[in-house]
Parts: sequence; C-alpha cells; structure tokens
Amino acid sequence: MIDPLFLVGFGGAIGALGRYTVSSTIERERFPLSTFMVNVIGSFLLGLVMFADVGESVQLFVGVGVCGAFTTFSTFSVDTIRLLEDGYVWTAVVYALGNILVSVTAIGIAWVLLV
Amino acid sequence: MTVRDRFADTEVVILIVIGGFLGANARYGIGLAYPGLTGTFVANVTGSFVLGFVVYEAMYTDYLTDRGRLLVSTGFLSSYTTYSTFAYQTVTAEPLFGLINVVANYSFGFAGVVLGRWVALRIRGASRD
Repeated sequence: MIDPLFLVGFGGAIGALGRYTVSSTIERERFPLSTFMVNVIGSFLLGLVMFADVGESVQLFVGVGVCGAFTTFSTFSVDTIRLLEDGYVWTAVVYALGNILVSVTAIGIAWVLLV
Repeated sequence: MTVRDRFADTEVVILIVIGGFLGANARYGIGLAYPGLTGTFVANVTGSFVLGFVVYEAMYTDYLTDRGRLLVSTGFLSSYTTYSTFAYQTVTAEPLFGLINVVANYSFGFAGVVLGRWVALRIRGASRD
C-alpha cells in the first residue's frame, strides 16, 4: 500500500483545489452558497466511499483526503458568525441547520443507492 | 492571459496544494490520536479558532500577506477541518450521540471563531500602543 501520508496528502491537495475552484466560480451572495455546496457534495461522495466496498487505500485517498479537504468546517463557522454579526440572524440559522440537514440527507441518498 | 497572470495562477495552485496536503495530514494525525468523533471535534474547533483569528486579523491589522492567507486559510485550515466526516459520524452514531455531536461541534466551533476574533482585537489594541 502507498504510504497513508501521500494518499491523505494528495487527496487533501485535490480536495482543497476543488473547493477553491467552486468558491471562485460561485458568485458571492449573502447566503454562503459555495461552502454549502462543497459540504453537501463532499458529504455525498464520502457516503458513497464509505458504503461502497472500497479498499483502505481508496478510503484514505478519497474519504479522508479529497472529501475531508473539499468540505470545510472552519469556513462554515466563520460564515455563520459573520452572518450573525451583520444581523442576518435568520440566514445564519437557515445556513447552519441547512448544512447539517442537507448533508445528512445526501449521505442518506448515498446509503439508499449502495446498501 | 499574460505571462505574469499565469505565474500568479500557478502560485495560487502551489500554495493551496501545499496547504491542503499538510492540513489533511494534520487532521488524519489527530484522528489517529483521538479516533472517532473526538478527533473530528478537536480538528474542527481548533481550526475554527485559528481561521477566526486569521479572518479578523485581516480586517484589523493585516500583518499576513495575501499569499500567506491563501496558504493558511484556503489551503491548510479549510482542509484541516472537515464537514463530510463530521456529517457522516453524526448520521452513523446513536441518535442521541449524533445530536450531541452537532451541538458540540457547532457551539465550540462558533465559540472558537469568537475567541479568534477576540485575540485579533487584542493584537490590534497592542499594536496601537
């Protein structure tokens, strides 16, 4: 097996570039759509990887590396606090709940597709 | 596209690749030390704190260069923290633990950002003296 350091690392590099590409493609609005999109898509992909019978190398590369880095919690936290600071309390609530509910639903869809 | 633009683009890619490589490995290492929900929680909370500091530091004092910020924020911290594993662990845990996991990551992650902002404010205060 390839060293986990490289599997996770190169997966992480690809995921980070993917996230950057999404964030520079999607126009910035009040609702932080690009972070929402990467979190939902990445969660769905992670669900596929975890429910499909893939080897440990693929799980490390795609699951821990690509999906882990493509999605982000730190930007999500900062987005939420910025919305609250600017007084958009309802947008912050919808954003915070939307991220977890839609991501969990996406993982559920991956489960339905594969299990 | 000029040669200079192309160099700038390459530089952006290199910084994000380095940050992403290191950030994902840092998270993986923490996951080995603290398996399961705990490791993800630790990465998400500490990463939110540091990103909070970096973002507000940019607004208040602006010591970091744009390149430094790209490496640290977009590359390292955003890869170090993760939403997909957090969501997966939430949905595959016992319902009560899943709920506690969301409340814990959200409340400590948000508190981390506010703490990072506070540190950035303190530094601005100190730099004015």
